[in-house]
Amino acid sequence: MQATIEFLKLYWAPLLCGVAVVAILPLIAGYIVLVERKLMADMQARLGPMRVGPHGLLQPIADAVKLLIKEDIIPDNADKMVFWLAPVLSVGAALLSLAGLAIGPAFQIAQDINIGILFVVGISAMGIFGIVLGGWASNSHYSLMGALRSSAQLVSYETAAGMALVSALLFTGTLNIKSIVEVQSIEGIWFVMLAPVAFFTYLVASIAETNRAPFDLPEAESELVAGYMTEFSGFRWSLYFLAEYTNMIVVASVATTLFLGGWLRPFASVHGLPGFHLLNFLDLVPTLLLVAIAAYCIVRTPKQPTRVQQMFMLAVAGLCFVVGLVLLAPVVVPIAKPFYAGIHGGFWFILKVSLYIYFFMWLRFTIPRYRFDQLMRLGWHFLIPLSIINVLLVGVALIAGSYFNLHGWGLLLVTTPAAIITLVAALMILAAEKQRDAGHDPNAASDFYAG
Amino acid sequence: MLGADELVINMGPQHPSTHGVLRVKLKLDGERVIGSECIIGYLHRGVEKIAENRTYQQFAPYVDRMDYVAAVSSGLGYCEAVEKLLVAEAPPRARVIRTILTELQRIASHLLWLGTHALDIGALTPLFYCFREREEILKIFEKYCGARLTTHAFRIGGLQYEAYDTFEKDVERFCKDFESRIVEYATLLTENRIWIGRTKGVGILTAADAIAFGVTGPVLRASGVKWDIRKAAPYAAYDQYKFEIPVGTTGDTYDRYLVRMEEMRQSRLICLQAIENIPAGPIMAKVGKVLKPPPGEVYHAIEAPKGEIGYYIVSDGTVMPYRVHIRPPSFINLQAFDRMVRGHLVADVVAIIGTIDIVLGEVDR
Repeated sequence: MQATIEFLKLYWAPLLCGVAVVAILPLIAGYIVLVERKLMADMQARLGPMRVGPHGLLQPIADAVKLLIKEDIIPDNADKMVFWLAPVLSVGAALLSLAGLAIGPAFQIAQDINIGILFVVGISAMGIFGIVLGGWASNSHYSLMGALRSSAQLVSYETAAGMALVSALLFTGTLNIKSIVEVQSIEGIWFVMLAPVAFFTYLVASIAETNRAPFDLPEAESELVAGYMTEFSGFRWSLYFLAEYTNMIVVASVATTLFLGGWLRPFASVHGLPGFHLLNFLDLVPTLLLVAIAAYCIVRTPKQPTRVQQMFMLAVAGLCFVVGLVLLAPVVVPIAKPFYAGIHGGFWFILKVSLYIYFFMWLRFTIPRYRFDQLMRLGWHFLIPLSIINVLLVGVALIAGSYFNLHGWGLLLVTTPAAIITLVAALMILAAEKQRDAGHDPNAASDFYAG
Repeated sequence: MLGADELVINMGPQHPSTHGVLRVKLKLDGERVIGSECIIGYLHRGVEKIAENRTYQQFAPYVDRMDYVAAVSSGLGYCEAVEKLLVAEAPPRARVIRTILTELQRIASHLLWLGTHALDIGALTPLFYCFREREEILKIFEKYCGARLTTHAFRIGGLQYEAYDTFEKDVERFCKDFESRIVEYATLLTENRIWIGRTKGVGILTAADAIAFGVTGPVLRASGVKWDIRKAAPYAAYDQYKFEIPVGTTGDTYDRYLVRMEEMRQSRLICLQAIENIPAGPIMAKVGKVLKPPPGEVYHAIEAPKGEIGYYIVSDGTVMPYRVHIRPPSFINLQAFDRMVRGHLVADVVAIIGTIDIVLGEVDR
């Protein structure tokens, strides 16, 4: 039994994940878009896509087909080779960086790379080449400006994001993604508690890195038409689109792994302890959630206008129910216990990633867009100093922690003061900024491409 | 001549944020605008020339097609101008109903401005909230005269249609709801740090410049000039109602935003005062079926949502005007664009186009 599981873990899980990434990811990205449009519609007092399939559920497939059969336009003066290469580069980098991520202890394509997190961050940053080259090759002013903005933005915010990652990595002492989660499991505390400032910095920087609102300047629709994507259409355009949404998944996964305990469920340290623990009720949460969705679908079924839609609702309910049962099995059936970490890990990981992406979307619907100089100022004058101070203070806190021999929740005794001092520093930076601005017109010329 | 590090980009006529078919040639240094030129005329339909071949009544629907998001206001200006030429006056009941509809139109026009302006700056959601309220106003128009956009709501000499049965109730319900709705927009934008950052200090137009360019409407008032034709030379029934004229201080985009927001509140108050007491009586003055104004000329201007819309009409005593000249606020306000945009960034260009609140149908006529 044990040997079989080992065999599956070693060979089949990575292969399955690899196939899943390349084959299913476009579909997942499509459905993220659908969820985004539905959420946006909900916040904007309208319905969103409703035409294709029940409640527009088949819209992503219709969109994909439309994009595939569209005419492939390459502008006359474009650099054709680079024009062809750029979107491929972008999407290739995005998909490749997924290889390093671990969805559960068993689900990782590139298993146990000892520089895991560095690999993911490095490869995903390669995607910027696709954007810059695409903007350059289009031979259009809007594209070029989009590409310039994008490169300046990425360079600035990658620094802050990297510093935020360093703060978390100080706790682990390893770059291996699995070990990072394991350290959080052993300490019994997620790093978001120990390094909240780093988490915040990474959150902001990751929005900027993925070119999402309010930092979506490279493709700012109302200014640059579509930025670097202006001249792209059809399938090439959809590759950029896929890259953007894949990058969202990547940054959300990195944040989940480093700060939110990866595939661990809340209070994971209680799991597997002998005796009865009330917190182990959390193992039932996934099942309950899915059964609740199934029940909701069944209740809504009679209200669907057509027979097809009714059947569809029942099918969704059935699917949720089956998945719910699968999630229940490792908790109650003894023989399925070894699969607990794999199955529940996947659930919690996907849930955390989804919440992170939901936050991205929520921001996009709520607030206006930054201007380019404001974006650069936020990056260089606020986030980067803040993250550097944070790295220093977290380091000091860790030395103090080992001096007093603190572990787990005890570390909060030293990290909380560090976070508070960082916040005070942040306020001081803001005050200094304000004072500097007082005698200086914020709209005056500044060379912000210098960064 | 272009320097080595200068770049000319062509914004429009097909661009998401030029509000129609405005074409702006921008000369850029990096992203900084060092010069701009507006190229207009893509929507030119020769409205003024058409007027010379139509009777006075026949021309009235054409003015609705100029500022098509504030058709009622354009119509009011034209009808009153011809009435002035005829030395006729609409009866009191007609004048009050005209005032109510025009103020509702002002709110609708400002709502459209707010939604698109916010969208240009990147806030996606206010647009849909604004359209939700605008829809209520358009429903009132539809119930009143059957049309929603190009309403042709008024006739020379008064009104064609009597106010429908639940008119007052509908207007009152809208005004009641609107009070809390406008607070919603304010919470999304007014105190928002990003919104303030994007609008404060952007596109400053000093009072002296504004007057020199002949700018009118909210753009002028945001520069601190208290000029509103509703107060300065009251028309329709504006002399009967109490309302404030909001003015700005610095004349930047944020001030124009605040001024228009306050104007919507004031319009709401005017509507509430007006429906309280709509006088009874006829809705049409005795002007006759065939209009033959005495030879002469007249200029009449009203305060449309975008500024002063003026009609200069020359009559030669026949059934058709000899000449109609229209002073469109959008066209004249657009002249200040270059002054406002110089030295700012590309991102500010769209904010400034939005804040002038132009309608290309009116600019090009």
